[in-house]
Amino acid sequence: MATTATNGNALKIQQFSSSEEFSHNFLKAKPGIWNWMTTVDHKKIGLMYLASVVFFFFVGGMLAITLRLELLSPAQNFMDADTYNRIFTLHGAVMVFLFIIPSIPAALGNFLLPMMIGAKDVAFPRLNLASFYIYSIGALFTLISTGLNPIDTGWTFYTPYSTSTGTAVIWMTLGVFVMGFSSILTGLNFIVTLHKLRAPGLSWGKLPLFCWSIYATSIIQVLATPVLAITLLLLIMERALGIGIFDPAMGGDPVLYQHFFWFYSHPAVYIMIVPAFGIISELIATFSKKTIFGYWPIALSSLAIAFIGSLVWGHHMFVAGQSELAVVVFSFLTFFVGIPTGIKILNWVATMYRGSILLASPMLYALYFLFLFTIGGVTGIMLGAIGVNVHLHDTYYVVAHFHYVMMGGTVFAFLGGLHFWWPKITGKMYNEFWAKVAGVILFFGFNLTFLPQFIMGSQGMPRRYYSYIEQFQSMHVYSTYGSWVLLLGFLIIGAYLLHSMFRGEKATSNPWNARSLDWMTSSPPDEHNFPYSPVVIHGPYDYHKPESEFLLGIAGSDHHEEITVGTETKVKQ
Amino acid sequence: MDYIARLLLPPQESTFAHEVDALFHFINFTSLILLVGITFAIIYFAIKYRRRSDEDTTPLITHNNTLEVTWTVIPLILILIVFAWGFSSYNTLRAVPDDAYEVYVRAYSFNWEFTYPNGVRSTNDLYVPANRPVKLVMRSSDVIHSFFVPDFRIKQDVIPNRYTQQWFQTKGPGSHVIFCTEYCGVGHSDMMGMVYALEEEEFNAWLEEEASKDIESMPLVEVGELVWRSEGCMGCHSVDGASGIGPTFQGLWMRERNFTDGTSAVADEDYIRESILQPRARVNVGYQNIMPTYSGILSDRQIEGIIEYIKELSE
Repeated sequence: MATTATNGNALKIQQFSSSEEFSHNFLKAKPGIWNWMTTVDHKKIGLMYLASVVFFFFVGGMLAITLRLELLSPAQNFMDADTYNRIFTLHGAVMVFLFIIPSIPAALGNFLLPMMIGAKDVAFPRLNLASFYIYSIGALFTLISTGLNPIDTGWTFYTPYSTSTGTAVIWMTLGVFVMGFSSILTGLNFIVTLHKLRAPGLSWGKLPLFCWSIYATSIIQVLATPVLAITLLLLIMERALGIGIFDPAMGGDPVLYQHFFWFYSHPAVYIMIVPAFGIISELIATFSKKTIFGYWPIALSSLAIAFIGSLVWGHHMFVAGQSELAVVVFSFLTFFVGIPTGIKILNWVATMYRGSILLASPMLYALYFLFLFTIGGVTGIMLGAIGVNVHLHDTYYVVAHFHYVMMGGTVFAFLGGLHFWWPKITGKMYNEFWAKVAGVILFFGFNLTFLPQFIMGSQGMPRRYYSYIEQFQSMHVYSTYGSWVLLLGFLIIGAYLLHSMFRGEKATSNPWNARSLDWMTSSPPDEHNFPYSPVVIHGPYDYHKPESEFLLGIAGSDHHEEITVGTETKVKQ
Repeated sequence: MDYIARLLLPPQESTFAHEVDALFHFINFTSLILLVGITFAIIYFAIKYRRRSDEDTTPLITHNNTLEVTWTVIPLILILIVFAWGFSSYNTLRAVPDDAYEVYVRAYSFNWEFTYPNGVRSTNDLYVPANRPVKLVMRSSDVIHSFFVPDFRIKQDVIPNRYTQQWFQTKGPGSHVIFCTEYCGVGHSDMMGMVYALEEEEFNAWLEEEASKDIESMPLVEVGELVWRSEGCMGCHSVDGASGIGPTFQGLWMRERNFTDGTSAVADEDYIRESILQPRARVNVGYQNIMPTYSGILSDRQIEGIIEYIKELSE
């Protein structure tokens, strides 16, 4: 066994090969519905989140397809205004609260975070399971609301409309309120996990950037979500008891609601996008086979975005009637979010320089992300400029902007991550050809759907209109056609991933030759991630050395047991 | 350039519009350079540094402080320019000239009501003198609305608990669409209006004509039509049989109405009067309970005008 001295202790060194096979994978351990429902394994909980968010993405997506269909022609098509209002509200609420907020942190984050830091689980496994059930209860409430009388307030629940409409607002907001606690507890769990459970040798400077992005996200979740909870509670009390915080008839102020709401919901935008940054860092380094360029700038810019992002909520209210001074201050601060975001994009591009770039489907998603997210970012600068914002506010320009960030950014990164870790999660490969085809279709369909929305928005087409004047029709038609192309792309993805699940080729433990800890175990991973305690010697992006020289230590060298991870495992004395 | 401006933006019809458009084009242009640069770099790297074999080795390049500072400082300068420019156009937008012609705006679901200095009112059609600053003093009597005229590049939310203001000056006579851009419910997308900018004399003539309309000496049917047009009925109730937010007036007279509480009634004088003064008492099946009361707003003569108007529309 090769030994190396760390802090005076002798350490066993293990080399990993890509062809390990391990029979004790977590999917086979403790099967059965009941065992799944009561599991405290972060991987299984992550998969239950994954199944939930995929389901809700499907629901939200079908709602969007319906909306686009109605908008194919200017006048009323096949649904009336009331139905349209309910559907666009549900589309927004489902996508924001049930899909995108839990998508990367709770699903992929749960699965990967402990593995990336060499831990057996998160710090509080039971709390983790509780978070999932809290999320489920919240989702149930929103379903009840939809069953009773689907709400028509928009996902923002602006007062006084939300306190005067006859729809089931209380059930819906109660659902979101409950889900907020799931988000808080998950964030708390991840923060503690990252502080306390990192494997020996895994200093903050060796943390994979995905962990840094989850860390920044968790801080926002813990600090901002309680404000949403308070706001929604006040809204519920306003409706149920008429306390008059927001009701002008009783001396309240509806603009106050908007301040409260965006104090959470703007940072929440970063809950949605920052984890995507983490995925992109992993993808670009791995498929460029190169050390990430600017590790610290990328890591710290996530924290900077979390911090600055908490101070810019007022840019949602430039024309809402807040004071002119507030408008100017919020505009000024808003632009500073652009700086760390730009730093990230340029560092990613610089990482590709002199790399060994493999254009596999996850990498292609990362490159689509860079293109689409850059558009989302620069149009955000446009919207931050006050004079222009006045014209563009609440038009389709805004709709296009946040879809470029949320869908072109987060969803494309999520898809990239899903493809990247699919072999690790399921132990199966997917069909690379169809993955590339679907990716191209999605990229084309996405731009066809949302580029016209920028144009009609700057021409003046307001959002949340179920009918519109004829001058906007051509752009709406392109957008609707685009939505069909997107649907086709997602159907293809669904088909080959399902096929992969049952008929897919077996995946090796490290099909992409990545260097972070999550790949240093079998695919699917062992029930406890690693059958030993790893000691980290190299960094997660040490691609400048050949894989055969990439080393990992094993703790507990005094009581040497034969490691049975794989057939080709070499433990040298 | 002109073609792109016409594709992306509505015509510049206010004295303020060109300021916004200049910044809009500047940001678009700068962004395009950035986007093309990044895209080009990605494609170039992806081709030039494509993986040739699995044994490829890559150099260890961890960071470069000069580069990091460069791509922090250049964007910083750009955003400060954009901020200052946006701020300056906002100043123009908020500084109302002293000699502005003032119009009060009342927004309610789903109409715009305009009150002119001489007391004349109009609904959904805003008449203004061309080439003169016009100040809108706005208030909502229910939920939040937002007054948006794309041709002028102006927008301001209209809220229930205080007045909000905005102003514009047209570059000549013309007509321009008004949108409501704060979601306000079932009639949101129909809450549209028009701004008619008239030459000074023409505008004054319109004001005088409106002021001289004396409903005391008008036939009842004409009173009814005037009320329908100017008090906001037309926002929800059509007179041509088209289905709207509320039932159409055409053919309504003496027709059987079914209510959400299971009862029914015939649309006679008493029913029409009740549905104007206590609209929430009985709600027609298939419609939302959203009509505001006109109790204290319409006189008996105006209500009778509506009744006669509905009678005429049903003949």
